[in-house]
Amino acid sequence: MTPLIESRALTIHRPGTTDPVLAQVDFRIRPAEIVTVVGPNGSGKSSLIRALLGHMPLASGAVTRRQGLRIGYVPQRVQLDTAIPMTVRRFLSLPVRVSDDQAEDALIRTGVPGLGARQLTQLSGGQFQRVLLARALLADPHLLVLDEPTQGLDQPGIVAFYQLIEEVRRQTGAAVLMVSHDLLVVMRSSDRVVCLNGHVCCEGTPQHVSTAPEYRALFGAGAEGTLALYQHRHDHDHDHDLTPHVHGPGCGHDHADRAQG
Amino acid sequence: MLDDFFVRAVLAGLGLALVAGPLGSFVVWRRMAYFGDSTAHAAILGVAMALAFEVSIYAGTLAVAVAMACLVSALVTRGQAMDTILGVLSHSALAVGLVAISFVPAARSDLSSYLFGDILAVGRTDLVLIWTGAALVLAVLILRWQRLVTSSLNEELAMAAGIDPRVERLVLSLALAVVVALAIRVVGSLLISAMLIVPAAAARTWARTPERMAAGAALIAAASVILGLWASLRLDTPAGPSIVTAAAIFFVASQALRRA
Repeated sequence: MTPLIESRALTIHRPGTTDPVLAQVDFRIRPAEIVTVVGPNGSGKSSLIRALLGHMPLASGAVTRRQGLRIGYVPQRVQLDTAIPMTVRRFLSLPVRVSDDQAEDALIRTGVPGLGARQLTQLSGGQFQRVLLARALLADPHLLVLDEPTQGLDQPGIVAFYQLIEEVRRQTGAAVLMVSHDLLVVMRSSDRVVCLNGHVCCEGTPQHVSTAPEYRALFGAGAEGTLALYQHRHDHDHDHDLTPHVHGPGCGHDHADRAQG
Repeated sequence: MLDDFFVRAVLAGLGLALVAGPLGSFVVWRRMAYFGDSTAHAAILGVAMALAFEVSIYAGTLAVAVAMACLVSALVTRGQAMDTILGVLSHSALAVGLVAISFVPAARSDLSSYLFGDILAVGRTDLVLIWTGAALVLAVLILRWQRLVTSSLNEELAMAAGIDPRVERLVLSLALAVVVALAIRVVGSLLISAMLIVPAAAARTWARTPERMAAGAALIAAASVILGLWASLRLDTPAGPSIVTAAAIFFVASQALRRA
């Protein structure tokens, strides 16, 4: 299948210098794929995204986007000016006007129905991320691009957000390109992980990357066995009665042992 | 009816108010207050040059305001310490303009009319120019509204939608330069920024969407023109400052009502 976006030997310099932020990056994302870019601060993750989207000049190399590609973009840390009054409903109609029904559908899909009349500045971090996602989905994108979408969310919020992303992919068939540092969660919800530190250190399936020596070197001993750790991690303790509770993704236990005990 | 100087003054003020409301909203949203100041203060230099070369005051102020807007845009885009640069430019422009105007004997006598406006002396030609310019700027703002609002809210979101924020910034800068040239007769170089910012700030209190804020600002600016001119006639106060005082009263009232 033709990749949605592909880069060859992409190199970006720090503005006004010849310091490379990124060197010789080959990257591609195919339809319906979830690809996550991980890397330490300053490793060029956001620069890669912006270059792939064409927001940033390349020093050398090439980026090819499939013709007619529709992208839904959720940028990093959207700084909202309190100076500009904006309801959620109005925001969803920027820059392309949508009908009330379309707007409410998008809000329902991202789990924040009925927020239309709220001011953007009155939303919690989690609600705001979902509204941003709803707006991105209104473009009926082939590709969703999310730059650190879970910044400022707490752990349950992060888990819920990634579940939502997987659900959106299932429903719409859109590919997803994410930048993240939530290693634990990322590892599970991605088809492919690209580990970046000025260049591509390693890439492949989450299993492959988490055991790669380059990845361990980058994220230190703490990252070792991240995947295994995650897969066995419960999002609740067992010392309480069996009340209904939500399992995090990958939490596949049942309560049979509990019933016997 | 147009024979009456007061009617002409009201019409000139309303023409300006109509465009100052929406444009002023962008100035507030994008924190361009100092930008507006620099461009407006440079207008004095434009007046000096217009008088020296015997061209229209509008042409002179427009040319200098456009040059200033482009200069400020270029500097801001390059990411200098913005408030410092703008502070330097704003006050330097005013000082240089005042020095320049002192070389033009014709202008020395009525310097204050360029600083604070002379709306009661507005003639038919002024009216035509003000309304044509206002309609032009308003049309541009309305046609590009979605793009302008998106890039004012967040430039990254705008770029992702294929909007070039630099183009939108330039459009607003040029619109500002045109409005400065229109406003020099009405409220004068020193109070143009006030006409842009004060009504928009008052409208901000109640507005829930950008459109309502822009419309509210235009209404408040229009009301300020009428109230200010009426007070100026009754109390024999200077017209331009009276209009801005009226706008300030609306602002204070909007704040007080919000608290209540």
